[in-house]
Amino acid sequence: MEVKVFFMILLGTILVNNYVLSQILGLCPFLGVSRKLDSAVGMGLAVIFVMTLASFFTFLVYKYVLVTYNITFMSTITFILIIAALVQFVEMVIEKISPVLYNSLGIFLPLITTNCAVLGVAVLNLKSGFITAEMGLMKAVVQGFGAGVGFTLALIIMAGIRERLELAPISKNLQGLPITFMTAGLMALAFLGFSGMKF
Amino acid sequence: MNYWKEFIKGVWERNPILIIGLGMCPTLAVSTSISNALWMALAATFVLVFSNIIISIIKGLVPPHLRIPIFISVIATFVTMVDLSLNAYQPEVYKALGIFIPLIVVNCIILGRAEDFASKNGVVTSALDGMGMGIGFGLTLTVLAFFREFLGANKLLGLTVIPGFEPSSAMIIAPGAFFTLGLMLWAMNSYNSRRKG
Repeated sequence: MEVKVFFMILLGTILVNNYVLSQILGLCPFLGVSRKLDSAVGMGLAVIFVMTLASFFTFLVYKYVLVTYNITFMSTITFILIIAALVQFVEMVIEKISPVLYNSLGIFLPLITTNCAVLGVAVLNLKSGFITAEMGLMKAVVQGFGAGVGFTLALIIMAGIRERLELAPISKNLQGLPITFMTAGLMALAFLGFSGMKF
Repeated sequence: MNYWKEFIKGVWERNPILIIGLGMCPTLAVSTSISNALWMALAATFVLVFSNIIISIIKGLVPPHLRIPIFISVIATFVTMVDLSLNAYQPEVYKALGIFIPLIVVNCIILGRAEDFASKNGVVTSALDGMGMGIGFGLTLTVLAFFREFLGANKLLGLTVIPGFEPSSAMIIAPGAFFTLGLMLWAMNSYNSRRKG
């Protein structure tokens, strides 16, 4: 029973409510880092990692600090500071433990602080009512992980398409951002097909 | 005259969305109707102006390596004010904008202006810069919202435009947002290259 709930949350955030293509979150890195497939994969992995951790920590802090002391109006400030600190911390840890990984992920980590999908998942965990639900922490972490995977999926598909678009003859005024938005629109239409899925 | 220049550059010449390409998420997500777009523009302009003012006042006191966390805390304070006031006085707008109110914190336009402009300029020019950028943001948002609300719901400001016209609901959701902004950027590129050539 419980496994089914987690599976639904996971599939829901990856395909049905894809953060980029259906909820329109995290567009800056989606447009900025989708030129090359390698960097798209690196950015995607870093985002999955940070989103999962961010869901975990923001949930704990909200439930056991903000609610306990009745200062829930501070949630926005608290969340953004937690995320900024987390990104900084992850960067330092990766640099110490694995310089190879740091070299491939390093430049993407600072960018994640201003990725609105990360703050978005923290806020959406609150709005989904996970705070009072049973097994709420697990649900929040699964949602964070799924959101990261969904973001990565969209980013990798986009990077693959854009690498091919480089070679296509596109009129000068349509090059760059306009054609990228058109492509994203077509991808969003395709992902709309998942919205009828029922379990 | 210099003040006027700082104010007006955000509206067209350095328009944050169309020219610099910042702040895409709220642009696309809340431009579903003109009233949403106007409220979002108002909220973002408020945060932009006041965070620019505060940051230009404290710019001498901020240690360089700590500036980003400090700027973000200043911005988050004003966003929390907007969040609570909208929740109290305009609950319907608050519901419609949803999570995009707290997400003003990570709107790159605001941090970008703090970093680029307010941390190097005086109070008055920073306030004008914030206002100009806010209006540029709001205008773009309104134009987008005009097309999306008209084609997606056959309404403008909540009133039906053409009776019997069947709206395409895809314009209201994500794909319509991407297509409309893509077409808008294309039109602007064509206009600019024609003017130059």
